[in-house]
Amino acid sequence: MIYNEPSPLEVKVLTKRFGLADSASIDTYLATGGYEALRKALAMTPDEIIEEVKRSNLRGRGGAGFPTGMKWSFVPRDSAKPKYVVANADEGEPGTCKDRLLMENDPHQLIEGMAIAAIAVGAHAGYIYVRGEFRYVIEILDRAIGEARARGFLGKNILGSGFDFELYTHSGAGSYECGEESALLESLEGKRGVPRIRPPFPAVVGAFQCPTVLNNVETFSAVPAIIRDGGAAFAALGTPRNGGTRLFCLSGHVNKPGVYELPMGFNLLRMIYEVGGGIPGGKRLKAVIPGGSSCPVLRAEECDIAMDFDSLAKAKSMLGSGGVIVMDEDTCMVAAASRIIKFYAHESCGWCTPCREGTTWLRKLLERLHAGRGNASDIDLAGDVARNMLGRTFCPLGDAAAMPTISFVEKFREEFEAHLAGKPCPYENVRRGVPVG
Amino acid sequence: MSDLVRLKIDGRTVEVPAGTLLINAAKTAGIEIPAFCFYPGLSLAAACRMCLVEIENVPKLVTSCTQVVAEGMVVHTQTPKVVEARKAMLEFLLTNHPLDCPVCDKGGECELQDLTFRYGAGEARFQENKEHVPEQQWSPVVYYDAPRCILCYRCIRICNEGLGVGALGLVNRGVHNEIAPNRGDHLECDECGMCIDICPVGALTSGIYRYKTRPWEMKHVATVCTHCADGCRTTLGVYDNRIMRGNNRDSSGINGEFLCIKGRFGFDFLTRPDRLRAPLVRRNGRFEEVSWMEAVRVVAARFSETCARGGKIGVIGSERTTNEENLFLQQFARRILKTPHLDHRRSGDVVSLLHALRGRHEALATMADLYKSRAVLIVGSDLAQQHPLAAFQIRANWRHHQARIYVVTRGPVREDSLARLSVRAEPGQELAAVHTLRDALREETELVILFGDAIRGPAVAGLVEFGDSLGIPVKYVALVDYVNSRGALDMGLHPALLPAYAAAPAPGMSCPEMLAAPDLDVLWVVGANPLRERKLAARGAFLVVQDLFLTETAAEADVVLPAAGLYEKSGTVTNVCGEVQNLRRAVVSMGPKTDLEIFRLLAQAMGAGLEVPPVEEVYAAMRSHAGPPFAEPQPELIGSAGDTLFSSGTLGLYCGIINSVREAPGGLYRWNT
Repeated sequence: MIYNEPSPLEVKVLTKRFGLADSASIDTYLATGGYEALRKALAMTPDEIIEEVKRSNLRGRGGAGFPTGMKWSFVPRDSAKPKYVVANADEGEPGTCKDRLLMENDPHQLIEGMAIAAIAVGAHAGYIYVRGEFRYVIEILDRAIGEARARGFLGKNILGSGFDFELYTHSGAGSYECGEESALLESLEGKRGVPRIRPPFPAVVGAFQCPTVLNNVETFSAVPAIIRDGGAAFAALGTPRNGGTRLFCLSGHVNKPGVYELPMGFNLLRMIYEVGGGIPGGKRLKAVIPGGSSCPVLRAEECDIAMDFDSLAKAKSMLGSGGVIVMDEDTCMVAAASRIIKFYAHESCGWCTPCREGTTWLRKLLERLHAGRGNASDIDLAGDVARNMLGRTFCPLGDAAAMPTISFVEKFREEFEAHLAGKPCPYENVRRGVPVG
Repeated sequence: MSDLVRLKIDGRTVEVPAGTLLINAAKTAGIEIPAFCFYPGLSLAAACRMCLVEIENVPKLVTSCTQVVAEGMVVHTQTPKVVEARKAMLEFLLTNHPLDCPVCDKGGECELQDLTFRYGAGEARFQENKEHVPEQQWSPVVYYDAPRCILCYRCIRICNEGLGVGALGLVNRGVHNEIAPNRGDHLECDECGMCIDICPVGALTSGIYRYKTRPWEMKHVATVCTHCADGCRTTLGVYDNRIMRGNNRDSSGINGEFLCIKGRFGFDFLTRPDRLRAPLVRRNGRFEEVSWMEAVRVVAARFSETCARGGKIGVIGSERTTNEENLFLQQFARRILKTPHLDHRRSGDVVSLLHALRGRHEALATMADLYKSRAVLIVGSDLAQQHPLAAFQIRANWRHHQARIYVVTRGPVREDSLARLSVRAEPGQELAAVHTLRDALREETELVILFGDAIRGPAVAGLVEFGDSLGIPVKYVALVDYVNSRGALDMGLHPALLPAYAAAPAPGMSCPEMLAAPDLDVLWVVGANPLRERKLAARGAFLVVQDLFLTETAAEADVVLPAAGLYEKSGTVTNVCGEVQNLRRAVVSMGPKTDLEIFRLLAQAMGAGLEVPPVEEVYAAMRSHAGPPFAEPQPELIGSAGDTLFSSGTLGLYCGIINSVREAPGGLYRWNT
């Protein structure tokens, strides 16, 4: 298993088993307090479980940060339709690698979290939608599910409670858009990974047109701790309305890249220098993408900031998926913007006009700009095209492509201007790979 | 009413039923919100983003095609934000759209052109290379140009939802998205061409109309399709007295937006080189081209002479001539030729139905009823093959209103997948099978029953008796084959019936009897081809044939009179539901005359004046009395031609396009028979 050295600054709630021998096995899980929360939840009412989750101020860890307890409460429990619990393990956001580690190192934590969610909404079947590239992770999950069933934590009559819950893994097939919740459900149903018209939302019309709780892997993984130790304790670890810890994926120009579990509100500069060990070669910080490539980039002087949902929203960026990408003074911002938009152009599902056409237009435009074949009006044009996508697309992928583009053009305009009139890229001779820890 | 919602759109107060989409609510206020992917009757796509509007207190622009109205909503469709958004969406569409207007068939009737003029920018800012892939041909009639495609998904939805065929899909991802045909590189489908009509741009184009002309150069003539009995309106584009195309952009006919391969492409028979242009008279065993005067003189002389000596004259009429022509022929036969031997190929037992209903005209269903009725029962017919409009209406009824469908057929039909109950019945067992549905049908509040030729004679009375026993309002459709099969019966082309289903004083011979009569002196065949299947017993009979082509029957004639087709005539025709519709003459052909003109010339040449009442009088008489005094006396003669979508009796043999598609009988693709 690939896992970095832990940092002494971490508060290890979800990652407490990372690094233990055989951390994925059910025996290790049970020996470290595993499935106690499930036992407790079986004796609680659904309303009590949801109240506890609300009390924790847990917000979606996939990127949107929607309050989890509130999302669960939207499921119409007295609907005649069967309910479902679905874990979004599509982990496609560039810069993000935490869900993979959670599933590899502590699959039972995810299973327990999903089972508790099932009790809370009356679901008897659940799916873990895992991106197809994570084939070995699916094997690990299947093994864990098998162990849980064998010991009576999944399947019929869990722990003699009379409650049934079956859990299945489902493989994706190479699409970032299938990490969008409604596109994920379409893919789960065997259809093209294109999002649905919303409303209605998955809580009411979800998997197989039935009410569904759909959350990120990390979100579900936080639930056992919340039920076992109480929501208030989890909330207290973070900042008001931003409860608990979260897994940050520190990558880019840092000496110690890796996944670190830190309290919500941890300062970004501290994260880079104290947790990440600073920038290699003593280079100066230039920019940070705080939560995955869909987030507006922060200039170095904007990085003295608490890493929680509200603070970053106030700074006109996002906490997102926790993918912190650090870029030093020798990084070409135009190349960065160009590489990022290339991702969205490739991943756009193509359903709606502005995203389909806009992402490809921007890709070609930024490529041309970086190659020195742009003119002054092209810089404003890039911003314009991106703004024409913003808020007008069928799903947030269009926004995810537009926002970083706008932020790079606005905050690093001078770098774009330095590429005009056939001038070579100023960073052309700085060829260096990202250090791998 | 409590379920009306009041809202404001552009300052105007609008009141609409709860559940109305904002884009439709705006329409009621006369406000047109532009859209490509939104299409009435199809599922929502919300893909084009043209219909974005501003709603007060909502931070983002909202697609009006998915937004349901709410009480007190305040909507703006013309603010700078909305105008900017529309301009931006059009700009995005035009980035990869090729500048094909000069060579694109859609130019002049293209929705992208129209909306760009109205809402788009005057300049293009896109400087990059456009994505390009070559054009593809998917069938003789369907071409797809992916660069032009704006990915509105109308074609996929109409094929999947509207037709239930599902021959079109979406492949690849992102900017490489493409519509794809069901066989990878070609289509095997109904070839109805609905996808071509519904495409807002020139991505899907017609294989036979390509590069021929421009829409504004054509005169568009709305007339009735000359093929099956459903009676769809087809709009013929005429340029320089030639039909360039048929389509249904009009969509105000009884067929709404539907048109099949026959109505859309089945007109090329009019200009075939082997079209009869001059009258032919057999002399010394060979055909000689003669003038009309000569031909009429020969025929009239023989008719008069035969009448004078009391000879036997048989008249076989057509399922494809107008009501006016049928009525005239009927009068000609009974009054001038004084013969009772008058018939046509009877394809459905309308007579027994009207007799069983005894004047209950409200029990006859219209095409609109097929769309509105809460329940529909189909007995003994594969509607998709012979009555595609009826099939479309029923399917739309099921889609939009969750109508309950019941099927009793010999083999599987498309409606099986919609049906609440579907029963297989061997020939002769259909009525018994219908009876097994009694309990289910009694739960309905109303019902329309369509029945094919398997239900004939006493079985029709049995069916009506069954319908009456259900205790709910029931309407019926007796299915017949061709464009005016119904009109042939209404106008009395029947040995035992006069126009309006009065009893003939003395019944004459039927078609088979005429053909088998060894002492027949004269046989006059109008627009029919009985000798394709049978022989004429009376070897010495004088055979006169009026038709467009030298059919098997015409080939044996003594005189052949070249006739015009329906697209070259005015008059009325009556569809399978009894709906009378006007034809409009689209083109005139050199040489042939309309059947009516021929009748008049012959009557004149025989020195007989003929006062033929207007057709409307016949229909008025029908409405005012209780129908035929007896059921069909010869039910064994009722028989459908059993056409498919790719055959249309004799006429269909001369339709190039219908025979050239892969799916045509004898082609590679086989229907589930």
